[in-house]
Amino acid sequence: MAAVRTTGEVALNRIAVVAVLIATLIFLAPIYWIASTAFKPKELAVTVPPTVLFQPEVTPFIRLFTKRVQMQKPVDPQVYEAAPWWEKRVYDGGERVLKVGNDVQLSQYPNRFMNSLIVAVISTVLAVGMGTFTAYGFSRFKMAGEADLLFFILSTRMLPPVVVAIPMFLMYRIVGLNDSHIGLIILYVAFNLSFSVWLMKGFMDEIPKEYEEAALVDGYTRMQAFFKIVLPEAATGIAATAVFCFITAWNEYAFALIMTNRRAQTAPPFIPSQIGSGLPDWTTIAAGTFLFLLPVAIFTFLLRNHLLRGMSFGAIRK
Amino acid sequence: MPEEEGSPSGILVSGRYSLASVALTNLDPASRAAARGWSDLTIRNMFIIPTLAFLIVFNIFPLIYSLGYSFTNFAANRSEPWQFVGLQNYRELLSDDHIWSNFIITAKYVIVSVAGQMIVGFGLALLLNRSFPMKGLITTLLLLPMMMSAAVVGLFWQLLYSPSWGPINYAFGLGDFAWLSNPDSALYAVAITDIWMWSPFVMLLSLAGLSAVPQHLYEAAAIDRAGRWYTFTRITLPLVSPILLIALIFRTMEAFKTFDIAYTMTTQPTAELLAIRLYKQAFQQWDTGKSCALAYIVLIMVLAITNLYVKYLNRVKER
Repeated sequence: MAAVRTTGEVALNRIAVVAVLIATLIFLAPIYWIASTAFKPKELAVTVPPTVLFQPEVTPFIRLFTKRVQMQKPVDPQVYEAAPWWEKRVYDGGERVLKVGNDVQLSQYPNRFMNSLIVAVISTVLAVGMGTFTAYGFSRFKMAGEADLLFFILSTRMLPPVVVAIPMFLMYRIVGLNDSHIGLIILYVAFNLSFSVWLMKGFMDEIPKEYEEAALVDGYTRMQAFFKIVLPEAATGIAATAVFCFITAWNEYAFALIMTNRRAQTAPPFIPSQIGSGLPDWTTIAAGTFLFLLPVAIFTFLLRNHLLRGMSFGAIRK
Repeated sequence: MPEEEGSPSGILVSGRYSLASVALTNLDPASRAAARGWSDLTIRNMFIIPTLAFLIVFNIFPLIYSLGYSFTNFAANRSEPWQFVGLQNYRELLSDDHIWSNFIITAKYVIVSVAGQMIVGFGLALLLNRSFPMKGLITTLLLLPMMMSAAVVGLFWQLLYSPSWGPINYAFGLGDFAWLSNPDSALYAVAITDIWMWSPFVMLLSLAGLSAVPQHLYEAAAIDRAGRWYTFTRITLPLVSPILLIALIFRTMEAFKTFDIAYTMTTQPTAELLAIRLYKQAFQQWDTGKSCALAYIVLIMVLAITNLYVKYLNRVKER
């Protein structure tokens, strides 16, 4: 702020802050809407005018996780009384939960969610692991054509997914990797590796060379210096890079849509496919979306100090 | 081996040999011995080459593979043998009106959505560039949209855009206006969602640029009684423009590739972006050879923008 603050400036400041608050509300409104729809009774999801205030309930989540069928006639009161609370909620909606013997049949959602988790976690570990080593190599050692190599690494990330997916689909078909976790993990590692190298190189560059040099003088080998001095120093950077890679893999859609359809399908292609035809049950879809977005929202808060460098490939620091 | 030998004091006492065995106790004796002798060159190659090899095998090799197919009439869903057709795929694509309309749609989309993001994002950054209570929290909240999955965002904006009972139409009194199934509005509806999603990115970069403007310049301008507009155009804009340019190129590149958000939101042909066209040609019509050719046309365009991006990125980095 300028050294002298006039009344005009103070007023302008107030207006700006109010404008920021309004803008924030507008930006958050869509997120609020999807989150609130996830807790709405079915009949309030698509009302005119839209319902803003209501008694929240968890029934959409029960529907999300179970396989259900529409009931032809009302439920037998005795059966209803004997049912646990969550099953009653399903009966209330005119449906019943499908069972095999006494076991509740789960919907596909938990399975897709798990697939997302498996693929995102494993690909993140691999991409960040390899990226950390490579970033150290680029950061500490001279190399002919280093800028070109780094550009090459970055450019692999810039390829449109569908362009890469066409040949990968054909190659996977030959080796039988279509619709497999491994196939998707390989693609995500390839996709995230460039990102992880660029980001980690920024973090590595910030660790003073003198730390390792002191260790080398003290009798450490290069590898020991790397593992005992550099890695602990880079821990924050590694964590931030890992979260970024995780979010990217978690959110990825095009590869998953093309490469998987059942066994290894992840949540992003699965959730939109639930819409189907006819009037969709938006509360259940919203519940699935809400659960899917929740980890990302939490990570965004954890990452807030690293967001800038993560989004700009580590080139711009805060 | 006790852990504390890793500390600097431990080094002095125990010397080189025992330390080597501390760090590498998990390895077998042979590699332990080798580790002591690794030169920087070996380590550099060991650290860098696997990554390069991985990227070449899974990014570059597939592209060479598809370059080959782009000169054939191969169709992945048929088993009949394919033939070499030379440049026919490229010729057909470049003289196909349908493809050109995809290009025009994509160009329109890129211009509208990137311009919107730049204006909204930079505007937000200007507003945020002052101190006020809970600034950190508000900035973080504003960043939420861009961290989400574009496919899922596209899905839930369908709910927001619904005619008759959708909250957007209700809020703006638009009644039954069908944003996503109206051929005239579908593309812009997707662009609005994209602006919502990615303005925070421009905001984030702009904020970094704004906070890097030296305060003494503003103080000097205030002493000289420079007007607000003058200060903005002569001090703020020139100093922030390199980062704005980065944001512009990066967003252009990403908008050009847009697939998921548009694909999950609408099926209108007027909103058929290049990447969607490519997807349909490859995985719905199974016109594999031709889609490889189209992929190459798209690829060359993306690489051109990427080159620009990296050039300016390095320039900003050097400052």
